[in-house]
Amino acid sequence: MDMEWMAWTTPTAIFFVCIALMLAGMTVWEVMSPTVEAKGFLPMRTTRGDRLFIGLLSSAFIHLGWLAATDVSLWGAFAVSLAWIALVIRFG
Amino acid sequence: MDKVQDNRAWFLIIPVFLIVAFSAVIPLMTVVNYSVQEIFGPGQTFFVGTEWFEVVLADERLHDALIRQIIYSLAVLAIEIPLGILIALGMPGGRSAKTSLTLVLLALPLLIPFNVVGTIWQIFGRGDIGLLGATFRAIGIDYNYTNNSLDAWLTVLVMDVWHWTSLVALLCYAGLQSIPPAFYQAAKIDGASKWAVFRYIQLPKMRGVLIIAVLLRFMDSFMIYTEPFVLTGGGPGNSTTFLSQYLTQMAVGQFDIGKAAAFSIVYFLIVLLFSFIFYTIITRTGEGEKK
Repeated sequence: MDMEWMAWTTPTAIFFVCIALMLAGMTVWEVMSPTVEAKGFLPMRTTRGDRLFIGLLSSAFIHLGWLAATDVSLWGAFAVSLAWIALVIRFG
Repeated sequence: MDKVQDNRAWFLIIPVFLIVAFSAVIPLMTVVNYSVQEIFGPGQTFFVGTEWFEVVLADERLHDALIRQIIYSLAVLAIEIPLGILIALGMPGGRSAKTSLTLVLLALPLLIPFNVVGTIWQIFGRGDIGLLGATFRAIGIDYNYTNNSLDAWLTVLVMDVWHWTSLVALLCYAGLQSIPPAFYQAAKIDGASKWAVFRYIQLPKMRGVLIIAVLLRFMDSFMIYTEPFVLTGGGPGNSTTFLSQYLTQMAVGQFDIGKAAAFSIVYFLIVLLFSFIFYTIITRTGEGEKK
C-alpha cells in the first residue's frame, strides 16, 4: 500500500514504534501481573496505565515548555521526561 | 464454581477498533508527521524538525486566542451547568403531556444545525431587522455586535447558552428521574429541607451525568468554530477569534499545513490536559462523597 500521503519521516516512525512498544509492553505486564490501584505522591489513586498516561501527557508539556523557554537541545527535555515518567510509574 | 476463561469477547471490539483507527488514530499520526515538515504539495515535503512548534509557541495571536478560548469555555460551564441543573429541577416528572411537551421544547435547540444557529443569532441581533437588536435600540441601549467587542462576546456566549443548556438540562433530568421515590420519602420523614434534599440526594445521584455534561460542554466549547464564524467572523478585530478559527485560517486560508499541524497537536494536548483535570476533579469529588 502506498503510504506517501501520510508523509512518514524516520523520527516520527521511531516515535510511533516506541509508543506501540510501550503499549504492547504494558499489555504483557498487565497479563503477567495485573495492576492494583495505588496512592503515591499523585493526588489520586491510580493504576499503572493511569500513571503511564500522566507521565506521557506531562512529558509532552515538558517538551513544549522546553522548546518555548530555552534554546538548549531538546535531548535535555527528553532526559527530564524519561526520569519523570520513571518517577511517576514507580512512586506516583 | 470455577470461572470460565473466555477471551472471545475481545473479537467484538475489533469493529470499534478499526473505526477509531481509521477516523482518529491514523489521521492523528498523519498530523504528527506533517508537523515536522514543510509541505509544498503531495510528495514535496522537507523535514524541518521542531521549527513549526517553535513558531507556534512564540505566536502572540495564538496566545491571545488561547486565553480567549479558556475564558469562553469557563464562562460557558459557569452558566450552562447551574442553569441546566435548575431547569431540570423545575421540570415536571412522571408521564404526562406536560412532561412530553417540556422535553420536546428543550430538545428543539439541539436539533438545529450549528451554522443555522449562527445565522439565527446574526439576524436576531441586528439593529435594523433583528428583534433583539431592534429592541435594544428602541430602549436606548447602544448594542452592536459587529463593532463592539463586548457585545460580540456576550452575543456569542448567550448564543451558546441558548443552543446547549438544553443538553445539560436533559442529562440532569435523566439523572433525577433515576432516583427511586423511597429516597424522597425518607427525606420527608426526616424533615429534610429542599436544599438538603438537593445537596445529599439529588446532586450525588446526578454526579455521573454531570461528569458527562461538564466534559461534553467543555470539549465542545473549547472546539467551537461554526457559530462564531457565522455570527461575527471572529471579529470585531480578533475579539471572537477562538482557537479552531485561527487554526482554520492557518490551514485553509494560508495553506500553512506544517504550522497548522503543529498547532493542532498543541491544541489537542491542551484539550486532553483540561479534560483529564476535569475528569479527575469530578471523580475524586465522588470518592469523597462515598467515604
